[in-house]
Amino acid sequence: MSSHSSVAAHDAAHDPNLKHHFENADQQKESASIGMWVFLLTELMFFGGLFLAYFVYRQWYPEAFIAASNKTDVLVGAINTTVLICSSLTMALAVHYASKGRRELLVLFLIATLLLGGIFLGVKGYEYHDKWVHHEIPGEHFECHGCADEVHTQLFFSLYFGMTGLHASHMIIGFGVLLVLIWQAWKGQFSAKWYTPIEMFGLYWHFVDIVWIFLFPLLYLIDRVGRPLL
Amino acid sequence: MIAASAPVKEQKNYLNAENGLKSWLLTQDHKRIAILYLLSVTVFFIVGGLFAALIRLELTTPAGDMLDSNTYNKVFTAHGVVMIFFFLIPSIPAILGNFLLPLMIGAKDLAFPRINLLSWYVYMLGGTLGVIVLATGGVDTGWTFYTPLSTTYSNGYVVLTAMAAFVAGFSSILTGLNFIVTVHRMRAPGLTWFRLPLFVWAHYATSVIMILGTPVIAVTLFMLMLERGLHIGFFDPAYGGDPVLFQHLFWFYSHPAVYIMILPSMGVISEVMSTFCTKKPFGYTFIAFSSVAIAVFGFLVWGHHLFVSSQSAYAGMVFSILTYIVAIPSAIKVFNWAATMYKGQVRLTAPMLYAIGFIGLFTVGGLTGLFLAAMGLDVHVTDTYFVVAHFHYVMVGGAIMGYMAGIHYWWPKITGRMYNQLWAKVSCCLVFIGFNLTFFPQFVLGYMGMPRRYHVYPAEFQVLNVLSSGGAAILGLGYLIPAVYFLWSLKYGAPAGDNPWGATTLEWQTSSPPPTTNFEVTPVVTTEVYDYTNAEVPHIV
Repeated sequence: MSSHSSVAAHDAAHDPNLKHHFENADQQKESASIGMWVFLLTELMFFGGLFLAYFVYRQWYPEAFIAASNKTDVLVGAINTTVLICSSLTMALAVHYASKGRRELLVLFLIATLLLGGIFLGVKGYEYHDKWVHHEIPGEHFECHGCADEVHTQLFFSLYFGMTGLHASHMIIGFGVLLVLIWQAWKGQFSAKWYTPIEMFGLYWHFVDIVWIFLFPLLYLIDRVGRPLL
Repeated sequence: MIAASAPVKEQKNYLNAENGLKSWLLTQDHKRIAILYLLSVTVFFIVGGLFAALIRLELTTPAGDMLDSNTYNKVFTAHGVVMIFFFLIPSIPAILGNFLLPLMIGAKDLAFPRINLLSWYVYMLGGTLGVIVLATGGVDTGWTFYTPLSTTYSNGYVVLTAMAAFVAGFSSILTGLNFIVTVHRMRAPGLTWFRLPLFVWAHYATSVIMILGTPVIAVTLFMLMLERGLHIGFFDPAYGGDPVLFQHLFWFYSHPAVYIMILPSMGVISEVMSTFCTKKPFGYTFIAFSSVAIAVFGFLVWGHHLFVSSQSAYAGMVFSILTYIVAIPSAIKVFNWAATMYKGQVRLTAPMLYAIGFIGLFTVGGLTGLFLAAMGLDVHVTDTYFVVAHFHYVMVGGAIMGYMAGIHYWWPKITGRMYNQLWAKVSCCLVFIGFNLTFFPQFVLGYMGMPRRYHVYPAEFQVLNVLSSGGAAILGLGYLIPAVYFLWSLKYGAPAGDNPWGATTLEWQTSSPPPTTNFEVTPVVTTEVYDYTNAEVPHIV
């Protein structure tokens, strides 16, 4: 018992990143890692409610969903998907260089991730604006000329905005956290020995990315087979 | 032993380590955060209780002579929202769990102290939103927020109320996350999973429900707010949606939430039973795994809230059977507690009285739950006072009795002071009598067909309603007396000493109140849990 506490005291004296209530750095890192995965589990359940609603209604109103889905802009969606996947690559590289203790490359790839995330949000804003112009936002001003099933077309767009909106809000939160991390990385707060926040944020960023990987086909690609894409 | 261990000079502990408001509001000590929760949760308990008093006052006469129907709707909604989201869900986990989990596993703190403090601020933000709703006119949908009443027809502050519950939910997610990581990674050397106190097992199971269930109510309320606030509809048929989907999503969280409220109480009862029977709990592993089983099966029974909501008869049958199954682990606990008392050295202290009361009342609540799981009978009593009585037996008779048992059991550890046992026993008896008088007549009323959520009723129901209201007054008194003797004990109570009850778990091996770092040296566990072979059994007056 005495050996344990003296080891902890020894570590604490030398490692400024070790919080007082942990015995050693491994315990601290494992805790952060489990905590992040548990958090991602809660995120999975969070998005899960909207996915459930989507599956139920698509099962019930397939025709309306196909018609509504074909109103989305596949090209823009595909560009955005590419942008987001690239941002995951830059994020993975950022984690990699953090583990090597390469400060400049870490900052560079974090900024790249930030820029790609920003492009994604900008394109998303453009799409929302487009929907606004075409009266495709659910509510009083919703219009759908020539729709066979207007009310359920509107339901599709409710899900479209609910799901992409929740996703975008996660992107915005990620954007804010990235700004802080870039600042901290620039100040040299991370090292090859301790870069836990970078690694944990990487998990979050990849999760948000994966959610989009599911959203893109569900919202844009339901019935594009054999149709001209543009 | 009690007087002998009182030091001449007061030693440093978590309460006097630092002074000033700032040291409390910025604390990262799990014990101080528990105290912050204790104070704020108590305030919400009083608020929720006042609304209950209004309900019972109105129902003493058949006519609606005190509150009009609209106000009555707002009053019972406020009672439900405040009691569930701001009292019952955080009560035991955020107060006792927060205080005890690190102590019980020999850790210095929870894994994420800053997140722990954040959870309290998030809770207070949710609470503030709730108070704004109450102050500006309330909401009339019931705590269930059923659509399309909530999204289209209600004239109250639905979005703000939903936001309050949404925000409070994140505080419970953060608490659950912290507990899970703490139990996995922060246990003292030698403290294996099957040496964990049953309180820890119960909180682990509760945390699993918190992290898996709470996000679902969050997204459901998110959709509700979008529909009500922005007309981005999901549930109202006018927007092409289906209101029953809301009920599915709502109960997918809100039924497991019942277990968020009762499982921690069960953990408390296991501890209290063992200590005051001076005996290892009968069937330790069964009690431990029954907590996990409740967490798992609790997620599969939500459909029993939809027996009359156009759910198919086959789905109903499956949910009915699953509901019977989830009663099994609860029954295992009840039988094991009873078997623990058998041939134990039973000491009838105040916490023990509460624990015994819990077993009786929870059993009634659980068994009437089986009545409601039967589809045919449920159709007869749906939305009647039978349901109201059933869940109050579980929530008040179960969860709050467990909470009171826990507060009485760990008060000496938390404050370092003993309270008056006689007064505590008297108030426990008052709670027990008042509770039964309040809610037993409601079973009868419900079976006779009195619907819930109305402020008027036929004259023949008056006698039972007056009994119920009279019982509520006694119950209220029973909850008021502890406030007096607990406050009294802070100044005049005898110093408790480290282990006034002769308990065996780790939290009793440090001083009372514990030092900021919990233990002078990290304890190493070499014996099985609940080992009474060398325990001193003090006599408690």
